[in-house]
Amino acid sequence: MRLAFAIIAALLAIAGDAHTGGTHAGRVPLPAMKAERGESCVAPAEEMRRNHMKMLFHQRDETVHEGIRTKRFSLKQCVDCHASRKTGSVLGEKGFCASCHAYAAVKIDCFECHTPMRSTQAAGAPR
Amino acid sequence: MTPERRRFLGWGAAAAAGAAAVTTLAPGLRLVELARARSPDEAASALQRWGLLIDTAKCSDCDACVSACREENGWTGHDRPATDAQWIRKVSLRDRRSGFAQTLPLMCQHCEHPPCVDVCPTGASFRRADGIVLVDKHICIGCRYCVMACPFGARSFVHEPTTGQKPDVPRGKGTVESCTLCVQRVDRGERPACVEACNRDGHGAMAFGDLNNAAGDLGRRLRSEPSSALRADLKLNPGVRYQSL
Repeated sequence: MRLAFAIIAALLAIAGDAHTGGTHAGRVPLPAMKAERGESCVAPAEEMRRNHMKMLFHQRDETVHEGIRTKRFSLKQCVDCHASRKTGSVLGEKGFCASCHAYAAVKIDCFECHTPMRSTQAAGAPR
Repeated sequence: MTPERRRFLGWGAAAAAGAAAVTTLAPGLRLVELARARSPDEAASALQRWGLLIDTAKCSDCDACVSACREENGWTGHDRPATDAQWIRKVSLRDRRSGFAQTLPLMCQHCEHPPCVDVCPTGASFRRADGIVLVDKHICIGCRYCVMACPFGARSFVHEPTTGQKPDVPRGKGTVESCTLCVQRVDRGERPACVEACNRDGHGAMAFGDLNNAAGDLGRRLRSEPSSALRADLKLNPGVRYQSL
């Protein structure tokens, strides 16, 4: 009986270690945040994490209504740099946008209309 | 306003005009209009009004303009003609008495007074400064009032989830869409895909240009040749004009 308790305790300890170590923080896996292209983003990572949506929001109105198509804060440029080399997309399990949004439990609807594919691949993507 | 301040402002205006290297006759009135492509950080300007001139006499039975539009803007059907998106279509006309048949491409007419903009409850349907009528799909709620209001039947509603969109042409379920005059190309200083295809195939039935520029090709043709607007009785002043109709 005492041996059984010891085994269970040991197993729990190992499971606990695996739980807190490596790619896990709490119960949810940490997002795969990998910048695929370029040295640095348009702003420091801290600012991007907090404010990327505001930048996109501002840019989208300028682009749609005024035709201002600067690349710096454009969604197309985000996707071009951050799309996975493997899938060419920012969505998917390890996609730059999708994995972090899943972690933060924030729904994005950008890609209901916009393509999540890098533009070079999107041009030849099956329809 | 004190004289000093007035003189200072005058210098500023002169410096700005000099920097732009444009002959200024009076404020806002320039001798040389903007013939160059806009830079990406420059907003569309009301100095231009983009439009099309379509000569139906030169328009044959082909649908190069339609397929070029589909290719450029990535609108594809699901073999459901009643609900599939259609940004541009070929319309066949036949005079019942004489039997004379002609065909013409029909798309958003980019009206100066667009009914689709009048009826939009959210402001999603709007007219850009340079005359291009667009839908801001970020604020479109898919009510389809504009589809009803358009006398040309130019607008479509996206009924199905979309995939494989073109990077410059986002389109998605639950929003209304129509011809954008290839705004992504116009912003780069290019002609719309339909015009490009029509001229590539040697028909030359479609011409694109600035309706405000009297010295340009389009302005010159509109001044010297007869042309008409579809449903001129509605006084919408469309940016798309037809010839030989």
